Amino acid sequence: MSLTDQLLAQNTVKLDSKIPAGPMADKWNSYKDNMKLVNPNNKRKFKVIVVGTGLAGASAAATLAELGYQVDAFTFHDSARRAHSIAAQGGINGAKNYKGDGDSIHRLFYDTVKGGDFRAREANVHRLAENSVDIIDQMVAQGVPFAREYGGLLDNRSFGGAQVSRTFYARGQTGQQLLLGAYQQFSRQVGLGGIRLFNRTELIDVVVIDGHASGIVVRDLVTGELQSHAAHAVVLATGGYGNAFFLSTNAMACNVTAAWRAHRKGALFANPCYTQIHPTCIPQSDDSQSKLTLMSESLRNDGRVWVPTNPNETRPAHEVPENERDYYLERLYPSFGNLAPRDISSRAAKRAVDKGLGVGPKKNGVYLDFADAINRLGREVVEERYGNLFEMYERIAGENPYEQPMRIYPASHYTMGGLWVDYELMTNIPGLYAAGEANFSDHGANRLGASALMQGLSDGYFVLPYTIGNYLAPMLNKAIPGTDHPAFKAAEEEARIRFNGYLASGGTKSPDYFHRELGKIIWDYCGMERTEEGLKKALSDLPALYDEFKTDLRVTGNGESMNQTLEKAGRVDDFFQLGMLMCKDALDRQESCGGHFRAEYQTEEGEALRDDENYCHVSAWQWGGDPMKPNLNVEKLEFEEVHLATRSYK
Amino acid sequence: MAQVVTSQRGPVTGTATRSKKRRPFLIDLYSTAVGKKYVMGATGIMMMGFVVFHMIGNLKMYLGAVHLNEYAHFLENLLVPIAPEGVVLWILRGGLITALALHLHAAFSLTQLNRKARPVKYQSARDYQIANFASRTMRLSGLVVLAFIIWHLLDLTFGVVNTATGAMTTVGAHGEEPVKNVYDAVVFSFQRTPVALFYVFANVLLGVHLFHGAWSIFQSFGWNNPRFNKWRRGFATGFAAIVVIGNVSFPIAVMAGIVG
Amino acid sequence: MSHNLKNITLKIWRQDGPQAKGNFETHVIDEITDEASFLEMLDILNDKLVHDGKEAVVFDHDCREGICGTCSLMIDGQAHGPQRGTATCQLHMRQFQDNATITIEPWRASAFPLIKDLMVDRSAFDRVIESGGYITAETGGAPDANLIPIPKPIADAAMDSAECIGCGACVAACPNGAANLFTAAKVAHLNRLPQGQAERYSRVENMVETMDEHFGSCTNHGECEAACPKEISIDVIALMHKDYRKAKFANRKDLARK
Ligand SMILES: Cc1cc2nc3c(=O)[nH]c(=O)nc-3n(C[C@H](O)[C@H](O)[C@H](O)COP(=O)(O)OP(=O)(O)OC[C@H]3O[C@@H](n4cnc5c(N)ncnc54)[C@H](O)[C@@H]3O)c2cc1C
Ligand code: HEM
Ligand code: SF4
Ligand code: FES
Repeated sequence: MSLTDQLLAQNTVKLDSKIPAGPMADKWNSYKDNMKLVNPNNKRKFKVIVVGTGLAGASAAATLAELGYQVDAFTFHDSARRAHSIAAQGGINGAKNYKGDGDSIHRLFYDTVKGGDFRAREANVHRLAENSVDIIDQMVAQGVPFAREYGGLLDNRSFGGAQVSRTFYARGQTGQQLLLGAYQQFSRQVGLGGIRLFNRTELIDVVVIDGHASGIVVRDLVTGELQSHAAHAVVLATGGYGNAFFLSTNAMACNVTAAWRAHRKGALFANPCYTQIHPTCIPQSDDSQSKLTLMSESLRNDGRVWVPTNPNETRPAHEVPENERDYYLERLYPSFGNLAPRDISSRAAKRAVDKGLGVGPKKNGVYLDFADAINRLGREVVEERYGNLFEMYERIAGENPYEQPMRIYPASHYTMGGLWVDYELMTNIPGLYAAGEANFSDHGANRLGASALMQGLSDGYFVLPYTIGNYLAPMLNKAIPGTDHPAFKAAEEEARIRFNGYLASGGTKSPDYFHRELGKIIWDYCGMERTEEGLKKALSDLPALYDEFKTDLRVTGNGESMNQTLEKAGRVDDFFQLGMLMCKDALDRQESCGGHFRAEYQTEEGEALRDDENYCHVSAWQWGGDPMKPNLNVEKLEFEEVHLATRSYK
Repeated sequence: MAQVVTSQRGPVTGTATRSKKRRPFLIDLYSTAVGKKYVMGATGIMMMGFVVFHMIGNLKMYLGAVHLNEYAHFLENLLVPIAPEGVVLWILRGGLITALALHLHAAFSLTQLNRKARPVKYQSARDYQIANFASRTMRLSGLVVLAFIIWHLLDLTFGVVNTATGAMTTVGAHGEEPVKNVYDAVVFSFQRTPVALFYVFANVLLGVHLFHGAWSIFQSFGWNNPRFNKWRRGFATGFAAIVVIGNVSFPIAVMAGIVG
Repeated sequence: MSHNLKNITLKIWRQDGPQAKGNFETHVIDEITDEASFLEMLDILNDKLVHDGKEAVVFDHDCREGICGTCSLMIDGQAHGPQRGTATCQLHMRQFQDNATITIEPWRASAFPLIKDLMVDRSAFDRVIESGGYITAETGGAPDANLIPIPKPIADAAMDSAECIGCGACVAACPNGAANLFTAAKVAHLNRLPQGQAERYSRVENMVETMDEHFGSCTNHGECEAACPKEISIDVIALMHKDYRKAKFANRKDLARK
């Protein structure tokens, strides 16, 4: 009996993925044909809480409000427009086949399953590929100024892990333009009264009554006040947890709190060790650095990655002759070349730097060179395509990439893991949904470029509005517990004690200090390459550091006004607990797949070696009362359409 | 509108559901800041037209007393006999006074609005990048011009501060019929050095006002066209320069004895 | 190559809350690498303050990539500091010299009430968008994306103004506290696109009038353009003024027809 089946037999929680029957291409339509509906006039009798106003949250809230539901939207940002989706640069996939290069829904589905190293749920991915087409239509109708060709039709570019051009983009600011589109639609509903917006308000706890998600407890960041909100259903669209690494391409405030608090209330956390390290970021330049900046993957369309062959090379890049350069991606992966998928490119860069071939003052990067592209296309074309990215690079690194190659290095960027959800995007707690990067669903062990934006919008626009109705329909005219219910009071009290605790813990070190130290441990042992030994070390270092956090933390200021140190303390606390789970999961998964690379499990050429016999499953962890003692549950992955194969990008 | 608003915390919703007040069209237009700017621009253009024609007319001074007095007489007799003497001129003046009043009212209420928009000033020095002396002193230059206009009317139109204003003379074309001796009034006025200096000062500030104003109207009305955008600055500078040079030449000519 | 800056004096505005009295507080940074960003310098200061038991300076920031529009500091009398086309978070210490004194203030405008220290509330921008800064296209039912071709120059021009990050530097820099650049950037983005035509005039009318309720009026100084991290041109303001003028007449006719 395979390990998967053994574990399956030991599950403590029933994990029903609710995948509709029927052929792959018909599942979503047949779901929609059979789901329960709420009559238009009855929709306003239901209240839905949407936490997060990124692509997933804003699109879900707007659509639910358009349908007539009462929506309460929460964000810790000052405005819905600031969500981290704004920072996505490269583009969004859509299987439109506008280029006539043989793209199709099936091909996008196939690429995504393969790109995810066969660790995603096929049915979800297929639905995602189907919706990708509608997303582009919807966003263009919304006024998103995607790049166009001279004929006025939409332009596409290609992205890592795909051999067709299906990526729609708006300069290097695709996420910004998409989020603004969704934000505007969302704002229209705020203006019309369909959505009540609570800004600068952070979710602190999820309240479950009689097994159903019944509301949330939030903290008003401006006044410090704790409040409870009740609803028929709760959607968490709260983004990813990449900031567990401290240094990442995520915005400073991105955090895991919402998902983590739901997890502590019983929601399973799936595949926490699947994190994506993005190959093209600006290398760290000094120790006070607070974040890393991504240079869009689209740059790899025209930039060539190389390192000098001589570890002691001191000449400036342009003086290094061709025969002393190693264009290692082109050499190792001739058919995908510089567009090899992210996990593969990242590890290749790490190996080059580990061998001492790194470039730059700290020898911690590789070159991404545009000299050829500038010769071939002319400076204007390069400027037109990447102008703003080049400027951004120059502002940060202080070097002009038209003259010197960029220096890049991988950095934590995206988290495939997240709250376990079924086909309806509902967690194992009825009425609690997770959408966007916050759930685990569609990317398996590695996400292809330009697919996260697609997933966020698919979840928010075209999945949740249907599946929530299916859940709510039978609840018509059933009263929901009020916020005076003891469960709300207890959650508020617990939160009050927790925050007062941070304020009272008169130690000496700031939350930032702990975050930085925590991040270092996770990066070193649970980053691009993991080993059993390293993970065990991390699992002994983390609890020790966490103990220090509990005793030596210092939070100044008070709890009755804006206090960013206090906010940070709460978030770091949750990152500690998550960090332990990430390492546990990474240790437990004794195979390499996608972003999870265990040094013990590799092919002779150093590629990830999967173990489909024993690990073709989702690891969904249940909170066990102590961050070091989670309970494992598994969902077995079955592949009907795409046959399990070794991923090859040669 | 003060910066010390206690941010009333609570959900935001239904912000765009208030129904608009129905008001008579012009009042409705004038009630918004952008609408007021149209009015400022339109009245500004009227006054710009006046200032230019006024200046060109006054150039007749250099042709001698007869020409200038003749011109003044011509203005008084516009459209006579259809309209009685002086009426058309007063209608034009009335239009200008209305324009000035509207310009002033709009300037005043927009200034109030802008004060309220930043009740707490920056506590450290601002480092302006583009805003220039002209754009930042519109109110001041405008007020000086206003003071000047009042003085100018009292001086040369009503003669309250000018004994020569209103005196009559005869000019060739009209034979024995007396006409106003505008020429002597002007010469008398500018022979008083402080008056001449104030005239110069006010006109330079009018130029400063127009240096920004004549550029600004294009933005305010939305006359923006890539083909002529680069001429806007040149137009404003040229316009201001011509008005200033023309107007300032009169007192200088009088003081220098070229005219007189 | 990188070097260390010495002896940087910071004069930072501290104010406990909207009602409290504020004042400048002086701090000295003895040494810092010029590779550090301006906000990282504030991080270092804050870490020290917390370590010393003092309250950290509150300031808004998030993406630190110049795209979210959260950061918002008046640095030496300039919104977002001395580097053109650069948001506060993208400003690096290489822009400063040894022994510099740097003054940091919050944005000041009645529409942006102060929350604490350097943080203000910019929700008034959201109100402007809520009043019309969108294209009504409810989910589902959108036609094929390539149905309406959009000439590239128009798509590009729309994108130029769509780049606005909603930071509020234009309002902060404007001597009148006007939000014309922000509002016009959105009007220009949507009104230029074929998809935006149906609501063109109601959009501009509603947005301008909502803007009016919160902000000062534009007197065409041009400071906004200089402060804008996205270098959005004041040409968009002219476009908005034109459309508003047309809207007033067009909408008047429509009202009469009702
Ligand atoms: C630099 C960068 C570039 C990227 N480029 C691309 C790209 O080119 N293509 C692509 O497809 N993907 C890209 N991605 C990934 C993609 O942007 C994200 O995965 C996606 O936008 C996530 O959207 P979301 O709606 O799930 O979450 P987010 O946009 O992160 O939104 C989270 C929301 O939740 C709120 N929130 C979180 N926690 C709480 C809480 N406790 N209480 C209240 N509110 C809360 C936040 O305020 C925010 O509104 C990129 C990511 C990064 C970091
Ligand atoms: C009565 C005294 C006056 C006052 C107090 C005054 C004040 C002002 C003010 C405050 C402005 C707005 C500045 C701006 O929007 O940038 C302005 C604009 C202007 N003024 Fe005046 N002004 C006066 C007289 C004049 C005169 C006599 C002229 C013409 C000869 C004139 C021409 C203009 C023009 C063309 C503008 C630009 C309008 C626009 O931007 O649309 N003003 N004035
Ligand atoms: S117009 Fe420029 S300065 Fe104003 S909010 Fe937008 S990006 Fe900021
Ligand atoms: S922090 Fe996001 S723009 Fe500066």
